[in-house]
Amino acid sequence: MRDPVMPVRRLCGLAALLVLASVLFMTLGARGNWGFVLPFRATKLLALIVVAVAISTATILFQTITQNRILTPSIMGFDALYVLILTTAVYVLGGQAVARLSDQLVFVVNVVCLVLASLALFGTLLRQVRADLLRMILTGIVFGVLFRSLTGFMQRIIDPNEFAVIQVSSYARFNRVDTELLALSAGVTGLALMVVWRMRHRLDVLALGHDAAINLGEHPRRGQIEVLILIAILVSVSTALVGPVAFLGLLVVSLAHLVTPSARHAVLIPSAGLISALVLVGGQTTLERALALSTPLSVVVDLIGGIVFLLLLLKGSSR
Amino acid sequence: MIRFGAGWLGLCALVCLSFLSLFIGVIDLSPWDILRDTEAAKLLFISRFPRTAAVLITGASLAVAGMIMQMLVRNRFVEPMTAGTGQGAALGILLVTLFIPMASILTKMVIASAIALVSSIGFLAIVRRLPPTQPLLVPLVGLVYGGIIGAVVTFVAYQADLLQYIEVWINGEFSGVLQGRYELLWIAAVVAMLTYFVADQFAIIGLGRTASINLGLNYDQVVIIGLVALSVVTALTVVTVGMIPFVGLVVPNIISRFYGDNLRATLPLVAIFGAGLVLISDILGRILRYPFEIPVGTVFGVIGTVVFLWLLYARPGHAR
Repeated sequence: MRDPVMPVRRLCGLAALLVLASVLFMTLGARGNWGFVLPFRATKLLALIVVAVAISTATILFQTITQNRILTPSIMGFDALYVLILTTAVYVLGGQAVARLSDQLVFVVNVVCLVLASLALFGTLLRQVRADLLRMILTGIVFGVLFRSLTGFMQRIIDPNEFAVIQVSSYARFNRVDTELLALSAGVTGLALMVVWRMRHRLDVLALGHDAAINLGEHPRRGQIEVLILIAILVSVSTALVGPVAFLGLLVVSLAHLVTPSARHAVLIPSAGLISALVLVGGQTTLERALALSTPLSVVVDLIGGIVFLLLLLKGSSR
Repeated sequence: MIRFGAGWLGLCALVCLSFLSLFIGVIDLSPWDILRDTEAAKLLFISRFPRTAAVLITGASLAVAGMIMQMLVRNRFVEPMTAGTGQGAALGILLVTLFIPMASILTKMVIASAIALVSSIGFLAIVRRLPPTQPLLVPLVGLVYGGIIGAVVTFVAYQADLLQYIEVWINGEFSGVLQGRYELLWIAAVVAMLTYFVADQFAIIGLGRTASINLGLNYDQVVIIGLVALSVVTALTVVTVGMIPFVGLVVPNIISRFYGDNLRATLPLVAIFGAGLVLISDILGRILRYPFEIPVGTVFGVIGTVVFLWLLYARPGHAR
């Protein structure tokens, strides 16, 4: 069997576009001192790219272990769970106590909690993939609603002053990225991506389904748990930096399947990451600088992402 | 006649709950006060009674609308508030506010209903084109479709600086209900009641197009009646109290699991149960953080999801 050639040219094309978008992002409409503007925008750019890659990779991983191209961690309530854990912490410990802790510590504890919680919830759910996929997905969606309602519930109960501590992470925002956490989360994302890259061939096998994976000498259950941990970490990073994003993952992974039609993760992961970064950086540049619109990018991404999703579905190319 | 028993039992519980709801609130009010004090009677008729009535109508008619939509789409996991109809109504209100700021509440209602109807038709058209072998696609498409219209609403509201204004309709709650501000809901109640006369036809529609035509039904006509009914109910709810998601999903599923899909027998149960669950959520919302209030949608989100999960797992394989 001949190994399909890597679509190097398409990936390079995407990378070139991303570089162009980044240059525009850094320079367009800049006035005044370059010594201030460049580092200021560079941190924002880095944050956008970290978030973009974290979201796209988490979505691919999730679709691999559920063998389904229309699910994303955010539809199943992962990011809602992150916000819920943070809200619970503020509710139990009090906003002042949480605010006094360093951001990094809160982030790390939150990541650990999310990993444990998602293993407990989604780990048992994933066992049903073979038995009853419909029920598993439905449970996930209902969990998402439950987490959001519980968060809303607790936010109503806690003090308005303490509420401010959580508010930042309850809404998606790309123009005010939390740069305090940037170094740490960039490191965490980098590590997670390295692990994912090393797993890429095993992921190809896992994507074939439970029986095929066992036949090929893979331990599906262990693979699922490892992947679930990685997803929880990546989702924590993106939610901590910009808040919950609904359809970005779905959009960019669907696009990646179109641009680089391949089932191999060695192709899909970089391609989706590049497209995701291109959408965020390019979109932010267009919205903020070129069109001077005040609407948050997340709303536009939800709008366009949703429409693209429906079109893909109606063309029957989603499977 | 278990069904009959359940109906009467539910009705009795509903009456007790309504009585309770009349006497819970920031101002102390006991049944004896009304007889002695004219102020108390005023309070009862200006605030407490309208609120209780609004909760009952909303719960019952939303549950019925959910049931109708599930029959039309032939899928258990959709409901108007999340599948575009509710968002369409919000879009209608937003457009009226932008272009005809002086419009009367009636105009607002008509336009909101019309746009809600258009978005429900759009949803149905998309669902028809999905492969029938994948039932789980339908609720997902509903979420995405509702999300798109919701994003349009947010986008327009953001550009026009109306975000805070539109928030009132997006997060439904009953604390603003007073005499003179909720009467439109009675229309929703009438519409929901009228659907009972078409209950048999809806039950047949649930069997699919071929089966319905085989049984001599004017399929398209019944579908249009259903769409109009659920759009009007949803739009009226959004105009008067705001979006309350999940009622139309949870209640029909619970009833259908226990009593099946003979709508002539189950539609009243759906209405009673819907009214009861929403009333319980509203009473809890009033008590838990007294004297402040928690929006009914949030309380219902917690109660409804827990009940739904329990159903999904406690009785596997039954009436699914």
